Amino acid sequence: MENSLDPALPLLEVRGISKSFGAVRALQEVDFTLRAGEIHALLGENGAGKSTLIKVVTGVFARDAGIVRISGEEIAPRSAKAALGAGIATVYQEVNLLPNLSVAQNLFLDRQPMRFGIVREGEMRRRAKALLADFDLDIDVAAPLGNYSVAIQHVTAIARAVDLSARVLILDEPTASLDRHEVEILFGIMRKLARRGIGIVFVSHFLDQVYEISDRITVLRNGRLVGERETASLPRLELIRMMLGRELAETTSARAATREHSAREVCASFENYGKAGYVAPFSLELRHGEVVGLAGLLGSGRTETARLVFGAERADRGQARVEGAAVRLQSPRDGVRHGFGYCPEERKTDGIVAELSVRENIVLALQAKRGLYLPLSRREQDEIARRYVKMLDIRPPDPERPVGLLSGGNQQKVLLARWLATSPRLLVLDEPTRGIDVGAHAEIIRLIRELCDDGLSLLVISSELDEIVTYSDRVVVLRDRAHIEELAGEAIDVGNILAAIAADSAAVALEAHT
Amino acid sequence: MTALLPRRGLAQILALIVILAVDRVVSPQFFDLRLQDGRLFGSLIDVLNRGTPVALLSLGMVLVIATRGIDLSVGAVMAICGAIAASLADSHGLPVVLAAALGAGLVCGLWNGFLVAVLGMQPIVATLILMVAGRGIAQLITEGRIVTFSSPDLVWLGNGSVLGLPVPVVIALGMLILTGAVVRGSALGLLIEATGGNARASELAGVGTRAMILSVYVWCGVCAALAGVIAAADIMGADANNAGLWLELDAILAVVIGGTSLFGGRFSLVLAVLGALIIQTMNTGILLSGYPPEFNLLVKAVVVLAVLLLQSPKFSGLAGIAARLRRTKA
Repeated sequence: MENSLDPALPLLEVRGISKSFGAVRALQEVDFTLRAGEIHALLGENGAGKSTLIKVVTGVFARDAGIVRISGEEIAPRSAKAALGAGIATVYQEVNLLPNLSVAQNLFLDRQPMRFGIVREGEMRRRAKALLADFDLDIDVAAPLGNYSVAIQHVTAIARAVDLSARVLILDEPTASLDRHEVEILFGIMRKLARRGIGIVFVSHFLDQVYEISDRITVLRNGRLVGERETASLPRLELIRMMLGRELAETTSARAATREHSAREVCASFENYGKAGYVAPFSLELRHGEVVGLAGLLGSGRTETARLVFGAERADRGQARVEGAAVRLQSPRDGVRHGFGYCPEERKTDGIVAELSVRENIVLALQAKRGLYLPLSRREQDEIARRYVKMLDIRPPDPERPVGLLSGGNQQKVLLARWLATSPRLLVLDEPTRGIDVGAHAEIIRLIRELCDDGLSLLVISSELDEIVTYSDRVVVLRDRAHIEELAGEAIDVGNILAAIAADSAAVALEAHT
Repeated sequence: MTALLPRRGLAQILALIVILAVDRVVSPQFFDLRLQDGRLFGSLIDVLNRGTPVALLSLGMVLVIATRGIDLSVGAVMAICGAIAASLADSHGLPVVLAAALGAGLVCGLWNGFLVAVLGMQPIVATLILMVAGRGIAQLITEGRIVTFSSPDLVWLGNGSVLGLPVPVVIALGMLILTGAVVRGSALGLLIEATGGNARASELAGVGTRAMILSVYVWCGVCAALAGVIAAADIMGADANNAGLWLELDAILAVVIGGTSLFGGRFSLVLAVLGALIIQTMNTGILLSGYPPEFNLLVKAVVVLAVLLLQSPKFSGLAGIAARLRRTKA
């Protein structure tokens, strides 16, 4: 216990953590240091490795390499419960408590005060009341937890964690579903806990909040540590650059020669298109043989734009046109009928049908487009599957293998094949290179270029700015669910994109303060 | 029609063979067949004939389960449609009787499909509604009595024979072929499997998942109606209280024995029907053995467990580990 009082020794020390899932390296030699009494923001885009890091530290995943120390003492928890025993508690965005039990029961679950084998309800409530009073919360602890707001559920979860003698508190996106006032309450509690010497890891993609509450920031990118900085001395632009960009010099040179695109015909256009509470109205023209990149931070409205364009979400204003003719996009079926395709970001939940074969996954969209009564014969299916397995070099080259057994990169190729088989005019790719290994990554980028040369129109979302810069003819920059800038030609470089994102966020930050 | 034939299915075929062998031991005349008045008689024919209602139910159930749903109302739908058929049998011709009964089954299926596909209810709850209400509706139709009839047309449907085979068996066979032709001959099979395997992904690929789900419940209702008509024709009357009682569970069992996962996705019509036959072969064997029918339930449970264990990847994994351990010890 002497150690924990030594101020020189960090509270939580993570050194050289690596973790791979199959061929995908989710974490590579990541370090992380949390000092007692600090609020430390852990930042990065989707797939940067934040969740994996948290899960490795809390024992949900076994690590491949590296060490974790608490107050200098090495720990290797095998489960979240063991991590809790070591003093690390995690509160997830979706509160992991039981909404049908009372607040008091939730607080003392698994350790209810007992006498003669009977739970002492009164005693439990008294203690629950006292515990929550510490968090300036005066509520009826006998009421079901589910009756209370998400904010109160969060505070309850935090109170439980702290009462379980947590010294390290990990808050994963705690503010995502809270309103401004609730965020204030939560921040008050976080500051109070920090003053008591608890170390808090704060995961969030709200940069304004990060600047408001955190003392220090650690940024991860593609499973690697980008850096650790003091919040006060880290300009916003620099932070965004750490999250999104690599070295500027090396990427600008990789920019392909700008294609002549203004003369090309418009494939699909969207005028003042949007949905209230989803994405602010935007206007977008997509031309044949052109790649339009969507850039912005997580939650900026990129995926939302993609879903509106494809028809996965219904717009409540504006007009969509395909080849000049006005169309209504009410459902994915409409999108497919008009020759659109969409490779979603979440391949496993929204893309593949894991149990079905590569062949069946590839022909699915084409079959859906043709309808029930024009079934593709087995021979046609085999032919299509064989063609795309060869063209996209899907491995292993076995069309009858269940697609769930393939690697992430090959699953992505199967999804691309699914849409290419429908001979689309517009393909929407949401993070096509996420979570796939380096080789497949380069291949997919090469494919994007080739497809485009064949006259296909592409709308591509990526968190990899240098990637976007490499293949895009135009880049639309988003922030706070609105399209804020469109870059074209020579203006497309990582610096300009970052400037666009940061300039706006600075303005927003200013607005919030005045 | 290779698509109709199961690649997996060894476990089910083996189980059926074992049970048939046991039946042969219990009743030496089990495999005897004799032709009398142009019709085959024997225990095997009896198995097929008695197994018809569950086999018909399983044809609809397997599609519902493939979409990750379940239909608990099929027994009640049988009762409703049997009651309708019995009430109309002596006053109307067979076409009208069949149209009314099957139409009622279709409406029942539409109702279930509407609740599940359009309102987004959980299938088990949505179909529970009709499971409970359906028996009440059937009793209202029969006015609480057992309605008997003597229409020779309808009686033929339950007791007649075609080419030596009982009519119900021919009907079930016809439905298997029809369902197989519709499902595998069109793109329906693939789209149902995709919907059951991953509804979100299928929807985004442009599959009309709602239409898929609606259609399988409708088909399930029609199959249940046919089973109900045959059950009524068999006893020349409709008993709203007991017709199809608990048969939804046998149908689900048949589908599960047939290797279709309750989590949806891949399905096999042939194996589901084979599952229904396995259940009936057991029932008949126990009846012939002279053991009290209570044993039936126990034996059924053991056979189901055995078939499921044979299918379970974890069990094969355990068996593999055990084999390796034995080898390392030796």
